[in-house]
Amino acid sequence: MSGPLIIVLSFAYLGLLFAVAWWADRRADQGRSVVAHPTVYALSLAVYCTAWTFYGSVGRAAESGLGFLTIYLGPTLIALLWGSLALKMVRVAKAERIISIADFIASRYGKSQLLGGLVTIVAVIGVIPYIALQLKAVSWSFTILLDYPVVRMPSAADVPPWADTAFIVALLLAAFTILFGTRHLDASQRYEGLVAAIAFESIVKLTAFLVAGVVLTLWLLGPAHFELAIAADDPRLQPLLQPRVPPFQDWFATSLLAALAVMLLPRQFQVTVVENSDERHLRRALWLFPLYLLLINLFVVPIAIAGLVAFPNGDVDADTFILTLPILLQLPWLALLVFIGGLSAATGMVIVETIALSTMVSNDLVLPLLLRRWRRRSPPADLGRWLLAIRRGAILIILLLGYGYYRLAGEAYELVSIGLVSFVAVAQFAPMVIGGLYWRGGTREGALAGLTAGFLVWMYTLLLPYFAMSGWLPPAFMEAGPGGVQLLAPLALFGFEGWNQVTHGLFWSLAANIGSFLLISSLREPNAVEAAQARIFVDATRHGGAGKAPLWRGSAEIAELMSLAERFLGPERTAAAFADYARRRGVARAQLLPPDAATVYFAETLLSGAIGGASARVMVASVTEEEIIGMDEVLNILDEANEIRAYSHELERKSQALEAATAELRAANLQLQELDRLKDDFMSSVTHELRTPLASIRAFSEILHDDPDLAVEQRQRFIAILVSETERLSRLVNQVLDLAKIESGHADWRNEVVILQETIAQALSTTEQLLRERGIVVTLEQPATPAAVWADRDRLIQVLVNLLANAAKFAPAGDPEVPGQVRVSLAAAGADWRVCVTDNGPGIPEHERELVFEKFRQSASGGNKPLGTGLGLPISRQIIEHLGGRVWAEAAPEKGARLCFDLPAHAPPPA
Amino acid sequence: MNKRILIIDDEPNIVISLQFLMERAGYLVEVASDGEAGLDLVRAQPPDLIVLDVMMPKLDGFGVLEAIRADSALAGVRVLMLTAKGREAEQRKGLELGADAYMPKPFSTRDLVARVKALLDEDT
Amino acid sequence: MPRARLLRQRLLTLFLLGLLLLFSPLVLYLEGAGDWLGIPLLYVYLFAVWALIILLAAVIAAWHRD
Repeated sequence: MSGPLIIVLSFAYLGLLFAVAWWADRRADQGRSVVAHPTVYALSLAVYCTAWTFYGSVGRAAESGLGFLTIYLGPTLIALLWGSLALKMVRVAKAERIISIADFIASRYGKSQLLGGLVTIVAVIGVIPYIALQLKAVSWSFTILLDYPVVRMPSAADVPPWADTAFIVALLLAAFTILFGTRHLDASQRYEGLVAAIAFESIVKLTAFLVAGVVLTLWLLGPAHFELAIAADDPRLQPLLQPRVPPFQDWFATSLLAALAVMLLPRQFQVTVVENSDERHLRRALWLFPLYLLLINLFVVPIAIAGLVAFPNGDVDADTFILTLPILLQLPWLALLVFIGGLSAATGMVIVETIALSTMVSNDLVLPLLLRRWRRRSPPADLGRWLLAIRRGAILIILLLGYGYYRLAGEAYELVSIGLVSFVAVAQFAPMVIGGLYWRGGTREGALAGLTAGFLVWMYTLLLPYFAMSGWLPPAFMEAGPGGVQLLAPLALFGFEGWNQVTHGLFWSLAANIGSFLLISSLREPNAVEAAQARIFVDATRHGGAGKAPLWRGSAEIAELMSLAERFLGPERTAAAFADYARRRGVARAQLLPPDAATVYFAETLLSGAIGGASARVMVASVTEEEIIGMDEVLNILDEANEIRAYSHELERKSQALEAATAELRAANLQLQELDRLKDDFMSSVTHELRTPLASIRAFSEILHDDPDLAVEQRQRFIAILVSETERLSRLVNQVLDLAKIESGHADWRNEVVILQETIAQALSTTEQLLRERGIVVTLEQPATPAAVWADRDRLIQVLVNLLANAAKFAPAGDPEVPGQVRVSLAAAGADWRVCVTDNGPGIPEHERELVFEKFRQSASGGNKPLGTGLGLPISRQIIEHLGGRVWAEAAPEKGARLCFDLPAHAPPPA
Repeated sequence: MNKRILIIDDEPNIVISLQFLMERAGYLVEVASDGEAGLDLVRAQPPDLIVLDVMMPKLDGFGVLEAIRADSALAGVRVLMLTAKGREAEQRKGLELGADAYMPKPFSTRDLVARVKALLDEDT
Repeated sequence: MPRARLLRQRLLTLFLLGLLLLFSPLVLYLEGAGDWLGIPLLYVYLFAVWALIILLAAVIAAWHRD
């Protein structure tokens, strides 16, 4: 095939790409963005699939079977977590105007310029082999296509650079990227046209791959099906026809690696985070992007098989099968389509990657150095132009470095392994990025230490072996270790063998990285700026993003801030941005803006969009006078919101407590009132009970005194009344005192083992006279075995006497036909002894059975009154309850009342 | 004709002393030991004066007094209340309900007799 | 916000399911387990699981469209 045809076609394609970008930019300017569509966003993420995928997947499948799938399964799974992970990154990036992965990490750890620079260096060194790979792919595919219809592998590039296709490709791509990406320095740093072009490229490369896949699979199943049957025993085909899962650690590690890379590669960060115009687009991307990956892998295995069947000698590189097969089959249109697809995959990657890297180089590497120089001399007026120049230079240098790497080391490995080495390098950002999104404790030093350690181990275990393979280092060094120290062998660190090189390197570099990150971070608490940034990052998805708490205090002049911004953004854009901000704050003109923390923060984020957060911070600091805010003060500001919330919580709690206390007080007051009423009632009852005998005593005394002529028997009768009323009075006084003592707990208790039979006998003898007078018959039922309880003997007798007196009071008296009867019974009741005193009187109505134990509540149905004081039963209840028993009234089996008490048996009653 | 006095009280010893005092003063005395019985006697044959205790089973002194004052046929009956509850509130309640006099227990026998005499003499 | 949390939770569950189906010894059962229409079952399994995860993710995401 003629070279000019291919070249014309390639340029036509690139022109088309440029047209797409231009068209999208124009649409965006008109406010009808094509990029603000979730499908376009998802397709732009497919910049993940580079020439490495396009050519390399088939090569890797032909080489080792299933392993190539890990590069796509990992991203498929991690995409499921984008609802949180990527969402946080997008929100933070928007809030902080973050424009690169270096910016992101630097911003997270206190806007550290040093950290941003280190991330940039790691990214550039890590990604250059990957760029080299794209150059190699384009140049090889071009060379192979030139030989059409002959299938011939390109010879090792021994030509001078200017005659080398790869060199020309590198220069062309540099020019193209500069045209694409550095036309102007935008404050938002988003490239709408670029995104549209990338999405278009994604469609082109997928279409090319699918068409080739269908054609080659049909060929394999149709015309080649006979050769396939013959080749079925070829050992080279076994990994594909009898697929095996790679060793588990490699299967998992490579997937993990790809999952990290799809978020952390500079170009992936650019399209996923920086170019995201609407966070809802993530929701489409999280399934559409994996679907893209699935589709582009669908025909990898059939093409690999077809290649192995078609080129049985092994003289054709498996990486080129997708291109060499159409050549072999004499399908020029398909070969051209595949070439365009591969070109599309490579250019997409190179353009986005170099734009992302050049931004990082200019903002995080060159600008900080210039700023240091300009500290002594005044900086040039139009810094924006400077920045663009720096970026253009960076793009050219990065592509030339890529070419250099290709010339020096690119031949040593097939495409897939080069890509993986780059993946491991960017995986070093994972602890800082993912850790920084979920953990507040990371510090600047911790991040620096982790990144440095991981990067050094990466160089040692993955980069050095490449150099050794390319003949720059003695190969023996790889196996035996430096100076023969086996433990330090780069391919088997600390004696780890049996893992593949990438898994080995990934494990040790991440171990060193995470270990150092955690260790150094735990040496000190995060300082003020780190704590503030941690809050913005970690709380990004909480309540619709972290509130902006401008942590700045000092003095600033609006004019100075504006002139600073003008240097980078030019007067027009600066004026527009400031005017817009003034309008949002309700100020008529930008010049009238208050020079406060919020304004300074606005200026800083505005500049961040152009030069990155760390540099913007330094630049703004150079025109303002910032007062140092102490850590305590910062924490205060940060905690203010929390504190307010805590205060209101506390307030709520207090008022609840107050309410509870009020309710308690009210209850206590009611209780007191009730007690007061009870006391009044008691006093009034006591008074009444005292006054009644006193009235009799006074009356009879006066009668006796006034009437000396009273008949003797009447005199005798009155004196007897006097005596009995006096007794009643003293009994009452004693009982009131007794009750008061027991109730207040001051009573003396002489508890001992008491035999109930004995106390019953004693009580009966005490009341014998009373009972006999009233003609009452007493019957006694009790067991022969002694019923022992633990009690105060005298008080227990007092209880029994009270019960007997009560029974005597209610039993019928003076009626010879119905003699009064009192029955005393003692029996076991479970673990208690039960004593009951039953009379044959009127009985106690059910509703009064509890009342009889209240003070001065004598049953209304009682007959003759003066026998009781009204305190006997209440005292009895106090005594029995004090002794651990209970006392109650019930109806007698026939007629009358029964009062019983239970007391715990001292020794268990005999069965 | 001797005046008739009804004593309504549930304390037997007090009833004995009151009966003795009233009879010695020359009155005819009847006795009831609770409010209901007392009220029955009043209705059967209205006395000139009632010595009425307040704290009694079945119907207390206030109840009896109220019933008497509600009955126009008993308008001429004098009531002297006698109570062990010496509080002013009780006293006022009794007077408001229409008692003619009120004496706390323990009482002076001379004062009681003089009071009864004064109440009965108002009529004549 | 609970709806967004539910979305994240469902996707996380799907993520764990994917880990289980793709990175557990389950996969080893399909090595040399024969073929389906001439395609080794391991391929069929991996691509089917892959497609299933994407399908479920799409269904979950569509359910959450606002």
